Amino acid sequence: MSSRAAVAKTYKLYLGGAFVRSESGRTDPIGGVNVPRGSRKDIRDAVKAARGAAGGWAKKTAYNRGQVLYRFAEALESRSDGSDEYGEAIDLLVHYAGWTDKLAAVMGGVNPVAAPFLSFSSPEPTGVVAVLAPDRPDVLGLIREIAPALAAGNAVVAVVSRTSPLRALDLGEVAGVSDIPAGVLNLISGRLDELLTPLCGHRDVNAIIDATSDDAVAAQVDELAAETVKRVSRPTPYTDSLTRLEPLVELKTAWHPVGS
Amino acid sequence: MSRSLTPVNRVGVDERAAALGRRSIKTTAKREGIRLATSMIDLTTLEGSDTPGKVRHLCAKAVCPDSSRPEIPSVAAVCVYPALVEVAAAALRGSGVAVASVATGFPAGQTSLKVKLDETREAVAAGAAEIDMVISRDAYLRGDDARVAGEIEAVKEACGAAHLKVIIETAELPTYAHVRHASELAIAAGADWIKTSTGKSTSGATPGVVLVMLETVRDHAHRTGEIVGVKAAGGVSNTKAALHQLVLVKETLGDEWLTPERFRIGASSLLNDLLMQYAKLDGGHYGRAEDFSKE
Repeated sequence: MSSRAAVAKTYKLYLGGAFVRSESGRTDPIGGVNVPRGSRKDIRDAVKAARGAAGGWAKKTAYNRGQVLYRFAEALESRSDGSDEYGEAIDLLVHYAGWTDKLAAVMGGVNPVAAPFLSFSSPEPTGVVAVLAPDRPDVLGLIREIAPALAAGNAVVAVVSRTSPLRALDLGEVAGVSDIPAGVLNLISGRLDELLTPLCGHRDVNAIIDATSDDAVAAQVDELAAETVKRVSRPTPYTDSLTRLEPLVELKTAWHPVGS
Repeated sequence: MSRSLTPVNRVGVDERAAALGRRSIKTTAKREGIRLATSMIDLTTLEGSDTPGKVRHLCAKAVCPDSSRPEIPSVAAVCVYPALVEVAAAALRGSGVAVASVATGFPAGQTSLKVKLDETREAVAAGAAEIDMVISRDAYLRGDDARVAGEIEAVKEACGAAHLKVIIETAELPTYAHVRHASELAIAAGADWIKTSTGKSTSGATPGVVLVMLETVRDHAHRTGEIVGVKAAGGVSNTKAALHQLVLVKETLGDEWLTPERFRIGASSLLNDLLMQYAKLDGGHYGRAEDFSKE
């Protein structure tokens, strides 16, 4: 019989590659555990970290980003409880790891133009993407939204499940050991009514993935996004990959003169 | 050569300086603080890549930091290298914004006194109303206080009517006691202002260093009634740090020092952060860097 006392885990936000308590010092007890209650300052810090990391992540080769995402899947495998949910989340990461170097071929290409020009389009990451994860499923629901955003080369600030945030916050520990650069993925727990306005109204956020399927939230998100000019997507669990990826990139088209 | 240093309690200074940074400054007070800090900025560009065009852009921004918010005041001065003083002076004529120039072999100060004096005279002749000189740290660290003081006196004379700010480059001084001693030395030699740093060294206007210099100025004012300004330069790059500086000034020297005539902040990236924070107070949304011009 062991007589040692178990060490209880302190759940923390994953912000700029570090595990931190909420700047506000607040916590909410959820299921007998104190979970950090993120504040608008945490959001601001997270967006700043994401913006700082976005350039470097976007500059990595697509091949390299794919490897990093694959590594994320490997690390998650070792955390898996063997359930279908984890299995599907891991498979999704592998799936999007494969997407990284195919985006340009699928979305971009040479455009036929009626003039002596070579016109071609290539997708570029949109920048910093805010993710409002669904409450359930807590792990799969989060991975389903962050994986395409990361695969497209964006930095992510995600508000994790409000009702069961613990396993989602654990994903920070997975990301922390998986070669994802610090700041590229930021996970914040807390109350949506406090976090929504500072996150979706932040002018340095370029796109929002609203997976809450909550009409009241949707109305607020749309208004904030319109005020600060950003794209909103509302994928369902059945939305296909390409439709998920499309709002997370900007197409750059270049015209190059060609001689006869 | 021996010098006697007034001991400075490092732990006490750091603790007090940090404590004064913990105040919560919000809404109306923050608005006023941002406007005050803006009016105290020496908007600085000291790069090898400075061009007349860049300096003109900077001057336009110095006069009118945010055209959509007329309540935001002009900055105090534009600080450039001597070669660009003429351009800045022409761009700022009649605006009320002063031209400051670094001189005396900035930032290292490793040139002869003759070169230093010539550089100072040239900058003043080109229209600089303020001269930021560096002390000879090599002489100071060797203990040659007489040479340091002599140079300051000579440069002061070369300045004529221009105000002299003496940079003691605190990052290169070993202790707070040396910061205090160098400040006293500069004041005794005729400095109108004492300034923390060049901004080219490892650290800049840390709250502790600024507190020590403010206390030196306060003690000098108590003793003699003379007024010496303080310029915090280097590392004050966001609103929080700037407001912290203002709290240090208010708590050490009082309201009468909270004016651009007596306290300045030397900075380049601070202004945009102040404007961004001000916009946040107005619009309610956090801003982004692209919304504000780089120069």
